[in-house]
Amino acid sequence: MSKQIISTNFDKADAHKLEVYEKLGGYRSLEKVFKMKPEEIIDHVKKSGLRGRGGAGFSAGMKWGFVPKSIDKPKYLCVNADEGEPGTFKDRKILQLDPHSMIEGIITCSYAVGIHTTYIYIRGEYTKPRIRTQAAIDEAYAKGYLGRNILGSGFDLDVIVHRGAGAYICGEETGLIESLEGKKGEPRAKPPYPAVIGVFGCPTVVNNVETLSALPFIMNEGWEAYARLGTEKSTGTMLFSISGSVERPGVYEGEFGVNLWDFIERSTGGVRGGRKLKAVIPGGSSAAILTAEEAGSTNLDYESLAAAGSMVGSGAIMVLGEDDCVVKALRVIARFYAHESCGQCPQCREGTYFISELAERLESGHGDQSDIEKILDTCPMMMGVTVCVLADSIAIPARSYIEKFRHEFDEHVKQKRCPYDSARAPAVA
Amino acid sequence: MSEQVEERTGEPFAFNEETERKFQETLGKYPTKMAVLLPALWLAQEQNGYLTDAILEYVAERLELSPVHVYAVVEFYTMYHRTPPGRYHIQLCRTLSCTLCRMEGIERHLAAKHGLHPGEKTDDGMFSLELVECLGSCGTAPVMRVNDVYCENLTLEKVDKIIESCKAGTQLEEDPMQPH
Repeated sequence: MSKQIISTNFDKADAHKLEVYEKLGGYRSLEKVFKMKPEEIIDHVKKSGLRGRGGAGFSAGMKWGFVPKSIDKPKYLCVNADEGEPGTFKDRKILQLDPHSMIEGIITCSYAVGIHTTYIYIRGEYTKPRIRTQAAIDEAYAKGYLGRNILGSGFDLDVIVHRGAGAYICGEETGLIESLEGKKGEPRAKPPYPAVIGVFGCPTVVNNVETLSALPFIMNEGWEAYARLGTEKSTGTMLFSISGSVERPGVYEGEFGVNLWDFIERSTGGVRGGRKLKAVIPGGSSAAILTAEEAGSTNLDYESLAAAGSMVGSGAIMVLGEDDCVVKALRVIARFYAHESCGQCPQCREGTYFISELAERLESGHGDQSDIEKILDTCPMMMGVTVCVLADSIAIPARSYIEKFRHEFDEHVKQKRCPYDSARAPAVA
Repeated sequence: MSEQVEERTGEPFAFNEETERKFQETLGKYPTKMAVLLPALWLAQEQNGYLTDAILEYVAERLELSPVHVYAVVEFYTMYHRTPPGRYHIQLCRTLSCTLCRMEGIERHLAAKHGLHPGEKTDDGMFSLELVECLGSCGTAPVMRVNDVYCENLTLEKVDKIIESCKAGTQLEEDPMQPH
């Protein structure tokens, strides 16, 4: 069993209730937190090496450190619980099974940065997780973990749950901020970064749910204990959402630095039905695809996956077996990005639709070689030229799918149909 | 060139007592009135089931926003209904993990056996079906959401049971969430 930090309570009955969470050692870190100076906590988190778990993987402590210390404006924490990167379902587990660990992390972050109001932005579809989170907040208020003068520390904090309304782009931190302000979730040009001008024109920290849930361990056990796990630059553990064609899909916590395919196979039992592995998408649908061979020779950490041309992203690992179609996978994710593009940048608005149309044509057997070339020509025009990275998030995978599985695209053109259709089971078992 | 002018929808609207109480409570949670827009739209939708033009204009007035801002925001998000959905609104996920787990079989079954087609509502107003992007439940694919309830690890048999339960008016329950 690999090291568990964030998921330790997932199998404990009723851990979402305060009484049970306390018995499991919950809220113990706050005693230590309130004895430390805010800047000591920021330093502590920096040294732990904790990186943001929403997808970008930026140092959490550094992000907090960018917020101006003395400023006569309120500061805010926005918790990004707008989990929407295809393949990702780990924050839902935290919100529903262990919401107090996130709240404990929220208190630590807020105290360290000098924040007195936190908004938790939860995607609109997550009804049960939202109800659980609100119930946990209510319990925390009643017990004096939130509100005025928390545990006699003199520190005040309010936590408010905000419901999203269906838009992937609100998971982008400035899209989230715009949405929270009551607007369309159109990402902002950066700089200024949210740490300087965020929500309501004030300095703002945006952290993912899982990032905050790692804080109780880091404060209780010390940054050294966290930094000892994983690799030098990818410290600690991460929740990996593994789905697709595997025997036992689910959320599995793993220490960084292990072999990617070993980890997937050990956790899930390998490809469903004993079939052969075709490909692994390691970091959500925005990540470049890896061949079976690459998945077997790459380690699961930020640096190794970057060196392999892909990324850790949100830790969403999707597995394709031998009879899953890569062209179809491209069609599905291209349609996703076309649907979710906010439309403010033309390269993204037009490019996502163009790739989606071409992939649809190819997958249905109506495409020709020039369609494959058109996708490859479009990708570079979409990279690094837009307000946010949504355009890059289809350009990067699209190019990798074609470059690594060109023969499958060629077969669709040659056979004028999807060669995997007949191998496909008619419906679910 | 012909210009199509759509008729303004909806009867005059106001929050009922319960909604008004929640609305007042929500106002105190944000430093600006504009930030209350998404929560206020949710409250209006809970009260009325969907959002008419009259409701959007009412919400705009209550929050001192221009109606055009409210219209634009509502159109941006996928979860606000501008027309009445079925009594059971089904959102079937079509993104990658659900596709790898054969959601198309579920889609075909909903059409063939139950007469439910994407973007449509049944004549009796009982069901409406929408294909949606990733619902964040990829480990239990294929997945659909029936009103507020996640229905996971779908099989054809399970879909039949869900549809029958809805017809019988039984409250749907989510499967207990597994540790993994």
